[in-house]
Amino acid sequence: MIHIENVNINLGEFKLRDINLSIEKNEFFILMGPTGAGKTVLLEAMAGLIRVHSGRMTIGGKNVTKVPPEKRGISIVYQDYALFPHLTVLENITYGLHFHKLPKKESKQRQNRLVEELNISHLLQRLPTNLSGGENQRVALARALMVNPKVLLLDEPLSALDPGFREDIRIGLKRLHKSTDVTFLMVTHDFAEALSLADRAAIMNEGKIEQMGYMKDIFQRPDSTFVADFVGMKNLFMAQFRETKAIVNGLTIELGTTPENSHGYLAIRPEDIVLSREKLTSSMRNAFSGRVTAIVDHGLYYEVDIIVEKVLFKSLITKSSLFEMEITEGSEICLSFKSTAIHNF
Amino acid sequence: MAKKELFFWITISCGIIILAFILLPLIEMMTAPSFSMLKETIQDKDVVRSIWLSIYTAGLAALIAFIFGTPLAYILARTTFRGKHLIESIIDLPIVIPHPVVGIAILSVAGKNHWLGQFFSEIGIRIMGSVTGIVVVLTFVGLPFYVNAVKNGFESISPRLENVSRSLGASMFSTFSRITFPLAWRSMLIGIIMCSARAISEFGAVVVVAYHPMIAPVLLYERFESYGLKYSQPVAVWLVSVCLALFLILRILTLRNTKDE
Repeated sequence: MIHIENVNINLGEFKLRDINLSIEKNEFFILMGPTGAGKTVLLEAMAGLIRVHSGRMTIGGKNVTKVPPEKRGISIVYQDYALFPHLTVLENITYGLHFHKLPKKESKQRQNRLVEELNISHLLQRLPTNLSGGENQRVALARALMVNPKVLLLDEPLSALDPGFREDIRIGLKRLHKSTDVTFLMVTHDFAEALSLADRAAIMNEGKIEQMGYMKDIFQRPDSTFVADFVGMKNLFMAQFRETKAIVNGLTIELGTTPENSHGYLAIRPEDIVLSREKLTSSMRNAFSGRVTAIVDHGLYYEVDIIVEKVLFKSLITKSSLFEMEITEGSEICLSFKSTAIHNF
Repeated sequence: MAKKELFFWITISCGIIILAFILLPLIEMMTAPSFSMLKETIQDKDVVRSIWLSIYTAGLAALIAFIFGTPLAYILARTTFRGKHLIESIIDLPIVIPHPVVGIAILSVAGKNHWLGQFFSEIGIRIMGSVTGIVVVLTFVGLPFYVNAVKNGFESISPRLENVSRSLGASMFSTFSRITFPLAWRSMLIGIIMCSARAISEFGAVVVVAYHPMIAPVLLYERFESYGLKYSQPVAVWLVSVCLALFLILRILTLRNTKDE
């Protein structure tokens, strides 16, 4: 559907380098990355709003690298909604129809369907300045989908909303995606959002794509230390590999398989590290005892830092298990993790 | 209630002094002429003609600023390029140049010794002592006020609105006419008023380029020189009334603008 090949964009201080991306038809694709990674620039380049320096972009097999934005069939929804403040909600939604020759009946049907699905029928005669964030968001979505685009670009559509609304809009987005044959590409910071919405994603950093693939691969098998850190693999160690074993700062860890490289990185998600009072054996292949050095309150869960010999492990546990096991700073504790929870690269 | 500090009384006093400084001479001048004199003055064909010429030339200057200044203001608001600050400084130049110097500078290119002046005289356009000359001078001094006002207006419109419009199928022209212009027209109107208010008050540059036909400030000066204060005052009252009317419209528009937001 969308193929981006070796695209370079030069905006003076900021550059996008060698972007390669391919998104399937009707896919819900996620773009993630820290602030300043170039996510919005990439979206605007796809929409034709920023000039591409070199490389090629095709949509549905058609080369659109030099096609102006109004002829691409790509709609964009910004984080700040960018509703036209001088037009009513209805005029905003139907704005694109001025430029698309559509049978009246068809456009009316689509309008009614979108207005109903997004629950904005009571807002049609109001001006955007008088609406709440969630209402603005739904109007922006309706406006973007009214022209029946091939692709819908969403630039952090949920981040400016109250947490209560985010859930609603997220469910709404998923339903919209299912009910239309539009390809969705969404920028987000939120992993929970990404996991619940999309199958595939790309991670961007400093104007480059660090990794692209299935969500679970990105989460479980990051290709680089940046991605590992970005997806919350808080246990990231440099390691020497000897057959099926990894040596991290003198500590021997069983991998279960033999890595191809002789040295590299080893990453474990903090929620995969299980804490216990007694040393667990059974299927857990790696079990160590260590001392708790810090307990950090994250609200719903706690991060417990445990030092084993010279290696610092980070584990996430719930409040109740923290109290049940009577874990305090300085206390001795056992930790274990399956070898399948270990990712090495 | 807390006792007001000395600082508070100093700020109040300074404010009152400034207000008095502005208002006292104006009120004195406005109230000096009798009604019969005011009536007599406005029946004087020369006075009416000069005030009309002032409004007409200032309006033309604003129209020219609107036509040529709007695209420039848009480019300055939307793009960054090397040398942008230099261009912005050049646009502000007419504000800082002494007024008679403006007149002399314009005459330097409009005279017979300059190729541009020769070209103009060949196609029958006269700058020296003509309405055209007055309009040229007033445009020169008024343009920065228009461009700056409209540039600020464009800058306050998010480029994302234009981006969304383009992505929904609108060409650059449709986007400008449906989105940018309706959102910027108020700043254009303010720019036009600022530009024409500045133009209507111009004396120094006009008097160098065109003593005749007489715009209101030149007539005022002539009356003062030939007949004295008493005979220039009624003309001044009528001119100030026109300027005040312009200023009032500007204030009403800007106040309404802030209320909307």
